[in-house]
Amino acid sequence: MKFLPLLWAGLKRKKLRTALTFLSIFVAFMLFGFLGALKEALGAGVSMAGQDRLIVRHKVSLIQTLPESYLARIEAIPGVAAVCHQTWFSGIYQDPKNFFPNMPVMPGEFLAMFPEFVLDDAAKQAWLNTRTGAIVGRATANRFHWKIGDRIPLRSPIWGVPVGQAQWEFDIVGIYDGAKKGTDTSQFFFRYDYFEEARQLLKGQVGWFTVRIANPDQAAQIAAKIDGEFANSPYETKTEPEGAFAQGFAQQIGDIATIMMAVVGAVFFTILLVAGNTMAQSVRERTAELGVLKALGFSNPMVLVLVLLESCAIAMLGGCGGLGLAWLIISSGNPVPSLLPVFYLPANSLLGGSALAAALGLAAGALPAWQAMRLRISDALRRGG
Amino acid sequence: MFSIALFNLRTLPERKAAAFTAVIGIAGVVGVLVGVLAIAEGFRRTMTVSGSPDVAVVLRGGADTEMTSGLERDATRTIGDAPGVARDANGPLASAELFVIINLPKRTTGTDANVPLRGVQQGAFTVRDNIRIVEGRRFATGRNEIIVGAGAARAFAGLEVGKQIHVGQNLWEIVGMFTANGGIAESEIWADTDVLQPAYHRGSTFQAVYVKLTSAAAFQQFKEYLTTNPKLNVKVERQSDFYAEQSTAVTRFITTIGVFIASLMALGALFGALNTMYSAVAARTREIATLRALGFGAGPVVFSVLTESVLLSIAGGLLGGTAAYLLFDGYRASTINWQSFSQVTFAFRVTPHLLGSALGFATLIGLIGGVFPALRAARLPIATGLRED
Repeated sequence: MKFLPLLWAGLKRKKLRTALTFLSIFVAFMLFGFLGALKEALGAGVSMAGQDRLIVRHKVSLIQTLPESYLARIEAIPGVAAVCHQTWFSGIYQDPKNFFPNMPVMPGEFLAMFPEFVLDDAAKQAWLNTRTGAIVGRATANRFHWKIGDRIPLRSPIWGVPVGQAQWEFDIVGIYDGAKKGTDTSQFFFRYDYFEEARQLLKGQVGWFTVRIANPDQAAQIAAKIDGEFANSPYETKTEPEGAFAQGFAQQIGDIATIMMAVVGAVFFTILLVAGNTMAQSVRERTAELGVLKALGFSNPMVLVLVLLESCAIAMLGGCGGLGLAWLIISSGNPVPSLLPVFYLPANSLLGGSALAAALGLAAGALPAWQAMRLRISDALRRGG
Repeated sequence: MFSIALFNLRTLPERKAAAFTAVIGIAGVVGVLVGVLAIAEGFRRTMTVSGSPDVAVVLRGGADTEMTSGLERDATRTIGDAPGVARDANGPLASAELFVIINLPKRTTGTDANVPLRGVQQGAFTVRDNIRIVEGRRFATGRNEIIVGAGAARAFAGLEVGKQIHVGQNLWEIVGMFTANGGIAESEIWADTDVLQPAYHRGSTFQAVYVKLTSAAAFQQFKEYLTTNPKLNVKVERQSDFYAEQSTAVTRFITTIGVFIASLMALGALFGALNTMYSAVAARTREIATLRALGFGAGPVVFSVLTESVLLSIAGGLLGGTAAYLLFDGYRASTINWQSFSQVTFAFRVTPHLLGSALGFATLIGLIGGVFPALRAARLPIATGLRED
């Protein structure tokens, strides 16, 4: 630590250059931070998927409905621990731009199936007691400033109007939070029994089933059994683990995500290349000074370490600063909530970024430092610079 | 003025490494900017080339996409008979259509993706006049035959002419492949509506009616007739407006992210350029001081530094632009359009306008990156400069 003043003097030698290099690295790592968040947002469903859950949907496509009566038949299959269903309601709140997913579900079974949606007992009880009750995730509740007790109207182009009413209305009885950082808290759930009674189309039909299996290792066999049960019927099914289902969706966004990632990656490395070169150059320019240090008695390895410390200092400060600012901006809000329900900077991006910053510092300083270290003192002093 | 600038440029080879780094830096930024904007441009083009101002789309009132719409057969007949609709020997140029989604594996990943399957009537080919059959033939009415769009055939597995695909309980034979001038229809599979309806238990309901108007100006009359009719509850739009609306979500997403990335990139590139130019000026402090001692004014010095900076940036810009054009133009990709919940295939488009903007952007970075170092060079006290090493 006694060399800190020396380090600082080295950095202050050309203040402008140090500042600009620092700023380039800062910007590059900010980009890296946003890339990490984007990647997480586009693939969130996959990492949050339950290990012991399967999705059963209509074989042709998710938009086709299945009979509600399938529930009992799926429950009867050995290895199945619990089943519940959901249906795409496609409700619009005021304007299609305000999109959030909304679904009728079986309240008790749903909460048991998805323990990652955390709801306090009072709210749960209220939901079980209120036919028109609905629970909404924290993200959407905050987005529209909803509170418990609010009455929310939704219009549904697919399902038309409910029997005896002008539009669908629900009472918010609870706001759920996510158990983990990446849990989607943008969804809105209401009761299936109210939905079934009030809808005028496709009575007895639901969207898809979620199945909890006792042993995750048996996922493939049980999936095959479920599909076999309904093969050759008017409503054939396709069953797959929740992770695979989410992965399929992530890959549909697919090309765009890969391209975005590749693009940002390319930019990141280009900026780093320029910054690295500048840092290397600044070391080369000070060959004479390094010669002086060696003449004074600093050992070769000591000189090497000093140079590396300097380049690492700029890189780490710039890198961690950029990541920090990115984290602050990301945590302050989600710019596109209807497209990316989950938006945060995961810890492994932060760690990866910091490691990259250190690597940059080492890479930029290593070669010129090593070359300088090996120079004879007299050559170094003669070099000037 | 120019002699100094030329002198500066002639000494450039001595600063090869620094100059090279600057050029590469700018090239990278420009290349990437062009790539990202090419995505947005390609997607936008696919959506707008599909839309014609003299074609109108009619959905049920309140529906925001075709999938959430529903029209009865009688309603579709009334729509076809409305004033403003062009007619030929066979009757009105209209096509009542059904829009569903099937799952097919993507060629690139093997995972299932949502593919649009559209039931059309024979009128559809005249309503959308850019449909060309490039392989095989049109489907015959009343048969389980389908034709696939060129984009869909490229993106999804198993869509070759002569093959069959199994959808639910039905077997469909692929009898032809069509193009639509790069528009959305190329991402779709088309079948006969009358065969698709029973396959999907839709009875006699359709989802949208596409009509060709006698002229783009006839739209107002057509729309008023239908919206004032008490027996109908419909939403009438020009096809071009409809598609623009359908693409807002994805376009907004790409543009937001694209602009944000571009801004950060520009900042990073700017700092890099500034750094390089400052180094360039610092390396030649003595030379610049000598020139000024000889009597050259500050003006020529500033000009020469700026020239160098701008030329390097332009070089980088051209390099990056060319690389982007070679790598990206025509590159095919597909993504899901959340509003129609199905895949849209499109190609990256690097337009001259885009390249021009990117080059301008590079020049701007060069200018800003050169101005401050140039001013510093000009204001350096001559004696100090001569002493410098």
